[in-house]
Amino acid sequence: MASAADVARQEEGRKIRSRWLLSAPALVIVFIAAIGPLLVMLAYSFMTKGDYGDVKPAFSLDGWFSVLFQRDMFDDTLSLADAHLSIVWRSVRLSVITTFATLVLGFPTAYFIATRPRNTREVWVFLVTIPFWTNLLIRTFAMQQVIRNEGILNSLLIWLGIIREPLQIMYTDWAILFGMVYVYLPLMVLPLYASLEKLDFRLIEAGYDLYAGRLAVLRRIILPLVKPGIVAGSILVFIPSLGAYVIPRVLGGGKNLMLGNLIELQFGSGRNWPLGAALSITLMVLVMVAMLFYVRNAARSGGGHG
Amino acid sequence: MPEPAAVQGKRIAIEARGIVKQFGQGPSALRALDNVSVSIRENEFFTLLGPSGCGKTTLLRMIAGFEYPTEGAILLHGEDIAGLPPFKRPINTVFQSYALFPHLSVWENVAFGLQMLGRPSAEIGPRVAEMLKLVHMEELAQRRTDQISGGQAQRVALARALAPAPKVLLLDEPLSALDYKLRKEMQIELKRMQSETGITFVFVTHDQEEALTMSDRIAVMSKGKVLQIGSPWDIYDKPAERFVADFIGETNFLTAEMVGIGGGTARVRLRSGIEIPATIAEGYTPGREATIVVRPEHARAVKTGGQLAGKVENVVYFGTDTHIYIVLDEGGPFMVRQQNSRSQSCGFEVGDRVGIDIAADAAQVLRD
Repeated sequence: MASAADVARQEEGRKIRSRWLLSAPALVIVFIAAIGPLLVMLAYSFMTKGDYGDVKPAFSLDGWFSVLFQRDMFDDTLSLADAHLSIVWRSVRLSVITTFATLVLGFPTAYFIATRPRNTREVWVFLVTIPFWTNLLIRTFAMQQVIRNEGILNSLLIWLGIIREPLQIMYTDWAILFGMVYVYLPLMVLPLYASLEKLDFRLIEAGYDLYAGRLAVLRRIILPLVKPGIVAGSILVFIPSLGAYVIPRVLGGGKNLMLGNLIELQFGSGRNWPLGAALSITLMVLVMVAMLFYVRNAARSGGGHG
Repeated sequence: MPEPAAVQGKRIAIEARGIVKQFGQGPSALRALDNVSVSIRENEFFTLLGPSGCGKTTLLRMIAGFEYPTEGAILLHGEDIAGLPPFKRPINTVFQSYALFPHLSVWENVAFGLQMLGRPSAEIGPRVAEMLKLVHMEELAQRRTDQISGGQAQRVALARALAPAPKVLLLDEPLSALDYKLRKEMQIELKRMQSETGITFVFVTHDQEEALTMSDRIAVMSKGKVLQIGSPWDIYDKPAERFVADFIGETNFLTAEMVGIGGGTARVRLRSGIEIPATIAEGYTPGREATIVVRPEHARAVKTGGQLAGKVENVVYFGTDTHIYIVLDEGGPFMVRQQNSRSQSCGFEVGDRVGIDIAADAAQVLRD
């Protein structure tokens, strides 16, 4: 004979098992919108390229092969695909610099906001989010207006007599960097602020009391305690930076491609979908490896606090 | 003013001279400290006692270096340190909230100050071990600070502040978060550590009992001013002002007529017409009327006689003693505290006529 308690327990178990149904819509969307297309990409990367784009359903490693190597047009000799490698290198380099620059700029900003009186913090946070109201493309063109040869920055520097000739910033890596730092800065400030706001400022006083100077307090107390915010902000900035498309396209011109542009090229005028698919997956793996490495590292040096 | 034997003749460790701290400007300005001067001697257990908002914590933070005086000077061994940031002062603080670093272990917390001072690790290790032993926390050295109890956190905070061997240790109501029994234990522990380390302790509290039991000297503060500085005995038995007498322990205030002053004592005539001798508070300005205080345990309730008479309003039994609340014939309350014995009750019941016999040296004339 089952007791009332057993019945209740079984009933409880049945309820818990049926709860996953609640998440079914989300699971379906994740599968259809994320995992499904990824599988398609993975399949395409192993197929033969079509003559006018698209793919032919025949197995080929050419797509993956071309990620790293190129075949000479005339004598079929193999060489490393320098162009691809330099684009990958540029993407990684610019993304790392962008992440670092937003951290250096974002930390004082977030610290400033977190140390305002409680009622005015909201206003500052609101101000930080204002750029999000405008489309990314428009913000990027706005940046172009600032840094182009006849733009605000150059005019100002000439007017101040600091330079005679306008600086060529547009269509260089600097332009991409400026654009990415500007666009992704709020993504760094917000998680940093969230961490700093929770920081107990009495700990900073305790640090000063125990002979730690300003720099030591920053390094030994503040940074370890806001590490979760630094990790989150860095991830939020690094990932979109690595795959940035609009910013290098508008500010970098045609020459200074990043991975996003290279991928677009293969699916567009390059008419090499298997290569585009292989590059996309390469980008994803790059991001995943970087994140794994970073989060691991952060968790280890963060001590027991992570 | 007589000083306790423990601190007599010792050098002055910390001196606050004419400290004014003003927050804000103009008519809305708040004077947190108003011309405060105290001298704290080496190896002294000095307590700043007062209700919340009296400025005691502001003064402590000023000694630590977290606040700067609007006027006045803070001297450490005779040198003005008002311009030094906290990390350059050989003074450590035990914070009210303990403020232990949550990302560091107990051991790392205690070692922090020594590391910041750049001491070699060969010195830090034994020193931290010594400090953890002093506060009985050796076994929990590797614990994270969120894995220890409030009393343990208190000990760690103490060890952390003592580890760099500061000249002065500041304690900002360090016992207020502990329960009664633990607080009693820590009071004795603190006293032991102070005598073992020989460090000057500046202790802030609003708990008068804590102040009386632990301190060599007490400064009673109210509304940004120091009202009286003295040994616990001075403060309790010879209060200078009504606030001091009222804040520390229970007391009876009587209005009396000044009859004559001479040789540090006075004769005052009570409302009942009887004259009694009284000691005089420092700074008393002679007048016709005087307020005198009599502690409840320095008077006896008697069936006949006594200098005052009244009617018993209430009798409250407290185990060790009994409080007899009396309404005086000339108006006003008077309370007598009488030691209990096992064999008999205090002998008075509500409504009884009662005489009050004030001990010969019990009365003190206040200065205000």
